[in-house]
Amino acid sequence: MSQLRGNQTVSDAVIVDTGCANINSLKFAIERLGYKVAVSRDESVIRQAPRVFLPGVGSAEYAMQGINELQLKSLITSLTQPVLGICLGMQLLTRESFENGVQTDCLNLIDTEVKGIDISGASGTQPDGSGLRLPHMGWNTLSNIGDNPLFDGISEDDYFYFVHSYCAPVSIHTLAECRYGQDFSASLNQNNFYGVQFHPERSGQSGARLLRNFMELVS
Amino acid sequence: MLAKRIIPCLDVRDGLVVKGVKFRNHEIIGDIVPLAQKYAEQGADELVFYDITASADGRTLDRSWVERIAKVIDIPFCVAGGIKSEADAQKMLSMGADKISINSPALADPDLINRLNRQFGQQCVVIGIDSYFDEQTGQYQVYQYTGDETKSSKTRWQTADWVQEVQSRGAGEIVLNVMNQDGVRQGYDIEQLSMVREVANIPLIASGGAGTMEHFADVFQQADVDGALAASVFHKGIIAIEDLKAYLREQNVPMRK
Repeated sequence: MSQLRGNQTVSDAVIVDTGCANINSLKFAIERLGYKVAVSRDESVIRQAPRVFLPGVGSAEYAMQGINELQLKSLITSLTQPVLGICLGMQLLTRESFENGVQTDCLNLIDTEVKGIDISGASGTQPDGSGLRLPHMGWNTLSNIGDNPLFDGISEDDYFYFVHSYCAPVSIHTLAECRYGQDFSASLNQNNFYGVQFHPERSGQSGARLLRNFMELVS
Repeated sequence: MLAKRIIPCLDVRDGLVVKGVKFRNHEIIGDIVPLAQKYAEQGADELVFYDITASADGRTLDRSWVERIAKVIDIPFCVAGGIKSEADAQKMLSMGADKISINSPALADPDLINRLNRQFGQQCVVIGIDSYFDEQTGQYQVYQYTGDETKSSKTRWQTADWVQEVQSRGAGEIVLNVMNQDGVRQGYDIEQLSMVREVANIPLIASGGAGTMEHFADVFQQADVDGALAASVFHKGIIAIEDLKAYLREQNVPMRK
């Protein structure tokens, strides 16, 4: 939990304040687990945090613009502690995104890319006969969950809350998959950078479990 | 597989949850936070909080309850009612709401949908539509300001046209409330919802008319909606969410465990 260093309380984690709107829901979820969390764009605060979260909503183009304007790119890419990107935050960790038909250079920390979810191959139907639409919105299960401490105690029966229309394909950096029209990366990892496409802060008990796993990762 | 969603709707007035029949005669159900927490624990997949008087009154509301909810619940929730601008939306989202739902303000200023989409992303832009089946003309008609009987009025939009309009402007989800069915617990309007399903390629949530567990099975199986919203059956304890989800699983409707 939180430690005291001098007169300053040091947080267990920092959420990078990229200016996106819904940071509080993530902050509250981490606090519910008993951790102390700060929201900051201050270099020294982010650098000394044991864990870093990169949130994100909106579009990749808009979010990368924000990161560039705030001059956060070189800071984020140089971090050595575990970093977890959530939803668009995960997508920003990749090499590039093709959201809205625009090529956007991302942080290039996980060597993959982001494209629109392809629902055409599913003939527009789910196994129960109903149609697919975008965004992929709601609770879905995972498959091919890798043997990684981030997914300790999490099985293919657990549901997570997804809201997205773009995804990273399955690659060697995939930690867990999800299927909606196509198989895609529900979670990514390369070096100390982790990402989840779903929203653990809004995924009930299973999401809380994943957040706790991340906080307890041995780096 | 993507689960279908069960969504309790909590009508909020002055920080309390209320319930009316056909938008009238509101009775107090209870405090917001404990009720929200109870539904989340019982397996609700999402919650909608609807400030029923906001749009019609045109006043600024104390919305601090949004943050109190965000602190305790760990499932997504949407705030509806009285959101008229990007600034209003920003406030709700920064207090911890996952989505904002707009209804009358979208009818007054359809470009608001485009602006909200650009600033906050499609995923949080929900459009609520109050639709009324006019037996005389045989048409589905969109209404506005339904929170206040004295201001409630028919718009120039037919339901299917408005659905397509909001979709083309970047809405992320549609909640279709069938006014004829609201609060009367006679079942969802399958015919109307199926008609809207045909034209909607974004998630569609059914609202209005749930009375029995069979009604939920019908709306998922026959109208292929993504979620079903209901209020009184949950508030009055007529249907327990755990029982409903167990029943729907037996009917092969994919449900989150």
